[in-house]
Amino acid sequence: MQKITQNQLIDKAVSLLADGTVSAVLGWSKGEFGYDVTPKMFKTEKELRQDFVWNDFCGANFSKYLVSKTDRFDGKILVFLKPCDTYSFNQLLTEHRFDREKVYAVGIPCDGMVDVSKLKAVTGEGISEIKETSENILVSTIYEDKAIAVSFKDVLLERCINCKSKKHVAYDELMGDEGEIIDSARFDEVAKIEAMTPDERFAFWQNELSRCIRCNACRDACPACTCEKCVFDNPASGVENKAPANSFEEKMFHIIRAYHVAGRCTDCGECSRVCPQNIPLHLLNRKFIKDINEFYGEYQAGAEVGSRAPLVDYTTEDLEPGEVFDRRDIDA
Amino acid sequence: MQINEHKPLIVAFCCNWCSYAGADLAGNNRLNYPADVKIIRVPCSCRVNPMFVLRAFQRGADGVIICGCHPGDCHYTSGNYYTRRRMAALFSMLDFLGIEKERTRVEWVSAAEGAKFAATMNDFVEKVTALGENKRLEDLRCKK
Amino acid sequence: MRKCSLDKIYSVFEEIAKTAKLYVPLDEKDGNAVYKQWEDGLEWSDALNTVRSPKDFFFPQMENLMEFKTEGKNIEVIDTRCETEDFVIFGVRACDVKSFEILDRVFLNEPVDSYYASRREKGVIVSTACSKPAETCFCKTFGISPEEPRGDVSTWKTESEIFFKANTEKGEALLRKIEAFTEECDETSVDEQKEKISRVMDRLPLKELSTDSFGGGKTDEFFNHPAWDELSEACLGCGTCTFVCPTCQCYDIKDFNTGKGIIRFRCWDSCMYSDFTKMAHGNNRLTQKERFRQRFMHKLVYYPENNDGLFSCVGCGRCLAKCPVSMNIVKVMKKIGGEQSE
Repeated sequence: MQKITQNQLIDKAVSLLADGTVSAVLGWSKGEFGYDVTPKMFKTEKELRQDFVWNDFCGANFSKYLVSKTDRFDGKILVFLKPCDTYSFNQLLTEHRFDREKVYAVGIPCDGMVDVSKLKAVTGEGISEIKETSENILVSTIYEDKAIAVSFKDVLLERCINCKSKKHVAYDELMGDEGEIIDSARFDEVAKIEAMTPDERFAFWQNELSRCIRCNACRDACPACTCEKCVFDNPASGVENKAPANSFEEKMFHIIRAYHVAGRCTDCGECSRVCPQNIPLHLLNRKFIKDINEFYGEYQAGAEVGSRAPLVDYTTEDLEPGEVFDRRDIDA
Repeated sequence: MQINEHKPLIVAFCCNWCSYAGADLAGNNRLNYPADVKIIRVPCSCRVNPMFVLRAFQRGADGVIICGCHPGDCHYTSGNYYTRRRMAALFSMLDFLGIEKERTRVEWVSAAEGAKFAATMNDFVEKVTALGENKRLEDLRCKK
Repeated sequence: MRKCSLDKIYSVFEEIAKTAKLYVPLDEKDGNAVYKQWEDGLEWSDALNTVRSPKDFFFPQMENLMEFKTEGKNIEVIDTRCETEDFVIFGVRACDVKSFEILDRVFLNEPVDSYYASRREKGVIVSTACSKPAETCFCKTFGISPEEPRGDVSTWKTESEIFFKANTEKGEALLRKIEAFTEECDETSVDEQKEKISRVMDRLPLKELSTDSFGGGKTDEFFNHPAWDELSEACLGCGTCTFVCPTCQCYDIKDFNTGKGIIRFRCWDSCMYSDFTKMAHGNNRLTQKERFRQRFMHKLVYYPENNDGLFSCVGCGRCLAKCPVSMNIVKVMKKIGGEQSE
């Protein structure tokens, strides 16, 4: 359950609309079953009161929407940012992808978001209503007479289990208390794969990536992927392909996707959240983050505006590409 | 007698200012290195996009080596420093995906190091030959 | 009607697999169900449905059409199609069975798509009635009965037994093959099962959704509907909805230069992509709104217009479950269809 309530957010949005600070609100609108919320631009109090939701299913990272929304909208936009969203927000500002003047950012605390597929694994299909209590999620289904209580902690999204920060790194106004940067275990899974033999690693990724249907959701949801025209959409690039033709293309797409955001990826986890095939894509991104931290010193993309991403920077003392492997062999 | 040994195909991206000249010098000095090394001249080692490396593998390369000026000697001052970071990240990722680490390499070869160029290529070809055909980053369509 | 006890189902699978490739929904480690070739020891999934629809069996995401080789001034065209083997898809839900009818109208009308047709000919579809529909199901909206699935053979699964009914000659042939494992029976249990499913269907949240406002001839009414802006604003432009959809049938034909020749292949395309139906002059749908509108207009207006009122959606609910921003055909229908749809 979230610390801040839906009504507090609606009231905030309504008052900022009323006093003319903003002329639109980027928020989540309610769906059919309680968990299927859709990002939406709210322009009136009536819309806000009717459709605005804030619950455990508001995972979508709004930062990327600011790129297109500020571009096509004249007024100022109110955006609610969870801590992880603020990192993407800063990173996009660093890359000059939207106009800061056109945004009014309100930081809101987040206690983690729920993975619907994990929830359904417990409750089964047929969800008719979802209620939230402080510890539990109460799910009514059409098959059970009584609501099923599911512990909130058990059904968190992977990215929220390994949340790296509850601290907002950018906002105009903060609602609730400021959180802390967390010492997360987010690299454990990467380390586990690193510890495998090359054959095991190959088999692991072959199995994961072979499920890819090349829907591009990982790319399209990624707040770091903001190229106007992606190389994979450009027929003239020679690599454009709409289907994962074979295992090479699957690997190429995912290596390049992760590589292109290496050093810029804030580890918001949207790629894995949106993957319809449940491929743990965040592990590729985290591998780059882990490597960069180890090779070139700790770096958190988006922690501050204007910082230089490690892969567009250098020192004369950097390690040699060949030493990448030696280092690990010595460690092991 | 039938020889089954697989002859590897090596793609070497060489920067125009140092390594390509180094390869030239190796030739002038009649130093031997296998003809399986196909050199692609690039203006600077940092011209090599990770996609170039992957596509070389797709098109049948068994090993990819990138050669540039020694750090500090880049014709464009800093290009090879970027190469160093980029390729470190890329190679580490390929290794993470289980692709043999011996198939990729970065080497700094100056225009005066014809001997180093030949020795590097000989060594690289030997290592890649020992690994055999590139199976983990192959595109079967290109092998027919 | 014939039946066998559920613990004999794997003997039935074994018998079918002797003469044809048998595909059955299996549970993956990640919780998703997928159609895979059945082998001894694999367990038929209880999941309501697979993430990817079974349209892959007839219209795979990618297939090679032909190859070209040039030598001097000669060009050789090679037909790379391989003979399709007989295969059986088991456990197809009523919605997906209906999707084949929608695909058939596209691929089997003149000019017949021979790649699709040959697979359609070799495939036997065994449907299974749903027992636990999800909240995302709305097949009734399109007149589909999950209690009475079609296909070559219909099956019903109860706690302990499975019932078979052949609907076509192909289906009868399949039932003859497994005759030794099944016994003749009446329809009482099946009727009870149907009754049970009907009762569940009446409790589904989307049961009221109606297509009354849609259909052929409504282009002018909906094309410039003001709600498209709002509906499409969250769309990321990914292809998830199209690629999990059992009825989306758009494809692209492309050439791949292998360095030694050309492979001409086709692959699924998505109207959500910026290069969809790109032509020499450029693209005719420049914004995501136009692309988004195309998808739903095609399903709800254009397709029925050309196909005797048949909608190009079967209410399987896959796009509802998988869209990263939870924008889907149900929300579109409710918004632009007005009160009639709710």
